[in-house]
Amino acid sequence: MIDGPRLNVPRTAKPGEVIRVRTKIAHPMETGWRKDIHGNDVPRNRINRFVCTFNGTEVFAADLHSGVSADPYISFFVRVAESGTFACEWQADGEKTYSLAAEITVV
Amino acid sequence: MRQKTSPPPSLSRRQVLGAAGAGLVAAATAGLTPIRAGAGPREADEKLYELTGVEKPEKGRVTVILPETTDQGPLVPITVRVDSPMTEDDYVKAIHIVAQRNTVPEVASFHLSPMNGTAEVSTRIRVKETQIIMAAAQMSDGSVYLGRERCRVVGGAGGCG
Repeated sequence: MIDGPRLNVPRTAKPGEVIRVRTKIAHPMETGWRKDIHGNDVPRNRINRFVCTFNGTEVFAADLHSGVSADPYISFFVRVAESGTFACEWQADGEKTYSLAAEITVV
Repeated sequence: MRQKTSPPPSLSRRQVLGAAGAGLVAAATAGLTPIRAGAGPREADEKLYELTGVEKPEKGRVTVILPETTDQGPLVPITVRVDSPMTEDDYVKAIHIVAQRNTVPEVASFHLSPMNGTAEVSTRIRVKETQIIMAAAQMSDGSVYLGRERCRVVGGAGGCG
């Protein structure tokens, strides 16, 4: 299993090209309905929000619920006009956040 | 040759088997009593109305791609594609995925903008049992389009925790 978040964008793109952004984070997405082997409730622990910004502008966001699989994978498209940085943030229950950034060069 | 054994006077074979069967069924149902029953199509429609604010979404423009049959309910890849030019005047504002018979019908909501260029989102969802997965696309002009696809879960491997 991979550790922590992953963000995959092409290294280069043409101006105005629509590129695919693929993200994944290792996370159990615990629903809070499961019991462990001792019969105790496993506390709810999910990634509930995902935000992706490009050069500071929000380009994509997602609200995730219990129906999303463990290790949530999200892929979407972005039209890039200039070189810049994609910054992604995953917010988990209990205020914990994970973030990762990736650069893209537009030539 | 062995003589046929006659049934014991008090209990016939059928009665014994019947009693054993009833016991088994009782034990099985006691162990399998669901903690939470799944939602139904009505709850899913209510959730869609809550998310989009439109009672009767229009059909078309939304394509839901997911495996017709799966033996891995907890990990079902899904792609939602919306037919939209994604310009400043006409773009997809949000895509909502709702599963009719999951414990919690709302699965995920994605918020898009004209910067996306293509209105397509892929993710992986939990499908509790054989059911219809719906995806609603909220357009910038306020209209809502609905796409739906059935996913069959085989092998008792549904997945909602």
